[in-house]
Amino acid sequence: MKKKMASVQWRSRGRNYEAELQRCHPEGLPVEFGDYHPLKPIMVTDTKTRRGARKGSTSSSSSSSSSAPVDPLSSMLDGTDPLSMFAATETSAAASHSSSVGDLGRKRRVKEEEALGADFEPWSTKRGEILARFTTTEKLSINLCMGSDRGKAPNPGSSAVSEKVRTRLEELDDLEEGSHRELLNLSQQDYANRIEELNQSLKEAWSSDQKVKALKIVIQCSKLLSDTSVIQFYPSKFVLITDILDTFGRLVYDRIWTMCSDPRPLPDSFTVEDVNDTAKETCLNWFFKIASIRELLPRLYVEAAILKCNRFLSKSGIQETLPRLTAMIRGMGDPLVAAYARAYLCRVGMEVAPHLKESLNANIFDLLTTFRQISGDSVQKQLHLQKVEVPAYLMLYSPAINWILQCVAYRAPEPLLTEMMERCKMMANNALLLNSIMRAFRPEFVATRATDFIGMIKDCDESGFPKHLLYGSLGRSLACADPPESERLTILNEAWKVITKVRNPQDYMNCAEIWVEFTCRHFAKREVNTVLADIIKHMTPDRAFEEAYPQLQSVITKILMYFHDFSVLFSMERFLPFLDMFQKDSVRVEVCKSIMEVFIKHQLELTRDPVILNAMLHICKTMHDSVNALTLEDEKRSLALLIIGFIRMVSFGRDFEQQLSFCVEARSTFCNLEPVLVQLIHTVNQLAMETRMVMKGNHSRKTAAFVRACAAYCFITIPSLSSIFSRLHLYLLSGQVALANQCLSQADAFLKAAVSVLPEVPRSISVEGKLRSSESFLLDFINNFLATLLVVPDHPEHGVLYLVRGLLNMVQDYTWEDNSDAKVRVYISALPLLAAMSQETYLYSIHKVDSNETLYGGDPKFLSEINKLCETLIGQILDHLKTLTRDEQSMRRQSALAFSLFGVLLAHGDLKNNKLSQLSINLWNLSHKHGHCETRVSIRTLESIRHQAQRPDMAHLSDTIQRLALQSRT
Amino acid sequence: MSVTLDIKLKRANKVYHEGPIPLISSSIEVAKAGKIPGGKTEIPFEFPLISKGNKVLYETYHGVFVNIQYTLRCDLKRPLLAKDLSRSCEFIVHSQPQKSKIVPTPVKFSITPETLQNVRERSQLPRFLIRGHLDATSCVISQPLTGEVQVDKSDVPIKSIELQLVRVETCGCAEGYARDATEIQNIQIAEGDVGHGMPIPVHMVFPRLFTCPTLETTNFKVEFEINVVVILQDDHLITENFPLKLCRV
Repeated sequence: MKKKMASVQWRSRGRNYEAELQRCHPEGLPVEFGDYHPLKPIMVTDTKTRRGARKGSTSSSSSSSSSAPVDPLSSMLDGTDPLSMFAATETSAAASHSSSVGDLGRKRRVKEEEALGADFEPWSTKRGEILARFTTTEKLSINLCMGSDRGKAPNPGSSAVSEKVRTRLEELDDLEEGSHRELLNLSQQDYANRIEELNQSLKEAWSSDQKVKALKIVIQCSKLLSDTSVIQFYPSKFVLITDILDTFGRLVYDRIWTMCSDPRPLPDSFTVEDVNDTAKETCLNWFFKIASIRELLPRLYVEAAILKCNRFLSKSGIQETLPRLTAMIRGMGDPLVAAYARAYLCRVGMEVAPHLKESLNANIFDLLTTFRQISGDSVQKQLHLQKVEVPAYLMLYSPAINWILQCVAYRAPEPLLTEMMERCKMMANNALLLNSIMRAFRPEFVATRATDFIGMIKDCDESGFPKHLLYGSLGRSLACADPPESERLTILNEAWKVITKVRNPQDYMNCAEIWVEFTCRHFAKREVNTVLADIIKHMTPDRAFEEAYPQLQSVITKILMYFHDFSVLFSMERFLPFLDMFQKDSVRVEVCKSIMEVFIKHQLELTRDPVILNAMLHICKTMHDSVNALTLEDEKRSLALLIIGFIRMVSFGRDFEQQLSFCVEARSTFCNLEPVLVQLIHTVNQLAMETRMVMKGNHSRKTAAFVRACAAYCFITIPSLSSIFSRLHLYLLSGQVALANQCLSQADAFLKAAVSVLPEVPRSISVEGKLRSSESFLLDFINNFLATLLVVPDHPEHGVLYLVRGLLNMVQDYTWEDNSDAKVRVYISALPLLAAMSQETYLYSIHKVDSNETLYGGDPKFLSEINKLCETLIGQILDHLKTLTRDEQSMRRQSALAFSLFGVLLAHGDLKNNKLSQLSINLWNLSHKHGHCETRVSIRTLESIRHQAQRPDMAHLSDTIQRLALQSRT
Repeated sequence: MSVTLDIKLKRANKVYHEGPIPLISSSIEVAKAGKIPGGKTEIPFEFPLISKGNKVLYETYHGVFVNIQYTLRCDLKRPLLAKDLSRSCEFIVHSQPQKSKIVPTPVKFSITPETLQNVRERSQLPRFLIRGHLDATSCVISQPLTGEVQVDKSDVPIKSIELQLVRVETCGCAEGYARDATEIQNIQIAEGDVGHGMPIPVHMVFPRLFTCPTLETTNFKVEFEINVVVILQDDHLITENFPLKLCRV
């Protein structure tokens, strides 16, 4: 640092830290609890009853008002927040219920009868599954034939109808008058789009009051269901078209409903008496119209679609209609078409009247009778024509049968289920039915009879329906319900005997994946290992695993669900070989991540188990090695977090050396992930500190060598980090750790390294993707660094205050931002350090490390060095202050800087010295010169000085204070 | 100034029943002579349906030869210089339900190649046995026709089974009788190769506008028949005919 002729003199104020601490101790002043506290929640002691602006909901009445604190967020809302509003309506509804006790019993009974529980898996969940499963690449066709109609309905002139819809409606108009349209060569997606268009047309026709056309669309759509060309698409077609039927059913029901809701809406539990004549007549009209539909299939589907409307006509309507429609399906010659019609009927039946079980049962029994048609000539001829294999054809039935059985089995008594099983046996164990029974019945039911089911599967005819599917369905039930304990092993053996014989790897895998869960649930490592071995054996030839990654992944997930003890898990011989099957990088990393996540969640104890460590290192290495130039930052971060999670769980207890060598190994293994390296440095530093703790601060020769080794580890690791602030902070931290462990030269090296890195700090750094000035970070770091320097003893070979000078030189040479006071701020904050260094006893010190206080023992030469340095710094600061006169902005800065320096002088300078005292007064005046000082702060400062001046050793301050004037702003 | 006159039935779709005193063609004055103020004027009216002399009031019926129609006409007489206004509109009459109760008598049937009439080459017919029954042939018009059909055996697969409702009008005239049979409704009850041995329901709702109770008068008859039509996949058409008697209970 350049030496300037010092125009100021510096004398540090002598401090007695001990006494100051004493003075600062609180005297146990009782804290008054005032009425007001800024953090105290707002109390509401009375709430008004508010009518919510939203229709049909009212907020709570005063009964629910309380003194509960009100969340400031909720007070932002206009009125009560929506959730509590719901809660309030519920309570008020409940209240009104209980008020009419007479009604209650009846209502509850109605509810019980009509409501489907949450335990009933709704159709909506099946929909997507079916659409995804039954696909085709073949071309489809839509054959629309609008029957002749008396007179065209006028076009809707309403402007609400979009252009697109209007053209579509016109197209449909063209279809009228007995016209016939065939759309050929549609892809599956085109088909779905067309159907959706029809759905939209239906809604548009309805809303433009063209009810007849709406009905025609629905009839045409349901007719499409009698077409079984491209039979493998049929289940999906069913889904698409029944959507339209649902729409229609809803429209008709709602229309009639609104006809009755004048003057007030019908209650949910309305009876026929509540329905007016017009509504009844309209409803009856619909039924008459539908009854006259010529073809069987549309007549059935459309009537089923508006089944619910029977409620408007008679109490027993639904009860009478369901059996009639059920019987009507017998007229459908194609067994597949009939099965799906039954599925639809059961669906609407369940929605409208789930308590009517008889029709559901009738449907399934009728369905069973039609099974023999499958082997009949008509079906076989069709399959031959379409080149569809029997097993594939049978699979087409499963959604329909599963659904019907699910309806039948829903809350069904055990005897019924047993009867179904018996029927199945009677039908020579029809595999299709057996499969559906296992799918649809409660898992508990299946599980308790698992042995029976295995027997039935064995007896099944192999040709029609593959057995692995049957075992798959059984396995699915056993995965969530437990068979009797004594039978479990036999079940597993029986099942696996069949599964292992499945030739096709895909089929094998689908089934094995299901059974893994049963195995994990009830058996230990040995059995799971056997299963894994079998899977490896099946999936390795011809790299079959490449086609089965999702299933293999699910196997891992299931194992992880049940095995949380990683020493057991990794001692499974075949576990790691199993992982080796994941050869596609992305999948492998995915799997490793899932394992790591479970590890971090469930491994609660630190471990040194070599089995775990080896396996985990292997897994983490896999993750680490997946990182390349293209890896996204987020991905890197998440991988690093997982690896860090592992590293933190590793502990060799008192065997510190092994821990260190683990860190050495980890460093070379995970060198590409910076956060991991940072963690490793922290781990090693912690290791050094633990060693110190064990030795209670007195290192033996061996431990001293060890902590030096730790320091060396950090010293060579830190430079490999790219983040400059990581490096700086770690240098400082490692330096502190080295100092604490009496490794003076190492500490020196760390701190020197930090100082030498300083010039490299860029002026702006990227923080969370945004470029920000690094200045504040740098200042923070330097202040932290300065605080450490107090205890660092001077190096014997270098001059006095070698590190402080080095740092200040770096600060001076650093290219700070233009118009920045950062440099001067560093200078200002260096003064307290220097003042602290000139004390006889330092504020803090490190056990067994002699700081400069002991080294120099208050040598006047040392003190004068300090004072000179201070004077140079103050000179620099003053020079800088002089330059700040150009504009308003710089004068504001001048005022602030002058005031900080004033503060430092006051706290750390010896103001008995006249020159220093004069300087402080000048600074005060300078800071107040242009009225940029905050008066409140100035007043507080004066008060504080006045307070200090009362102490005998500070009496000189009273003179100073006389000369500190408050200048009012002009 | 133009004046229009309109008759509005209070409920257009209401079915008016024959009144207790039979007579026909009556007229009443709904408003006395006077001035009708400008704007819309609604004049409520009602009159009993009374048949003329000893004639019977038949139900409204629109057929080919036979038409039974009831109309209301409203005349608005106006002074010399303005034209009289007149408007007419139809209303539907249903006869009072008969008090007597019909005891349903089921009719069984069984169709084989041997039972058929009108066959050209009986030897070329495929073998089949179709059995069934109708729950009643005397039907209440507001109740559906019900029964069952069951295919026990058929060498050639079934293509379709249909129910055909036919109306037969017979009219007496100078040359003798004129007879006209019209299909009113055709409903498919089975489609495709239906399973054998399974009873398929017969169910037909009588269409409201095209059916009326069976009518037999000295001059004309309106009768109904049902055909059970079985079409085989080789397009053989097998029909079994059942006359019906419809009534209103």
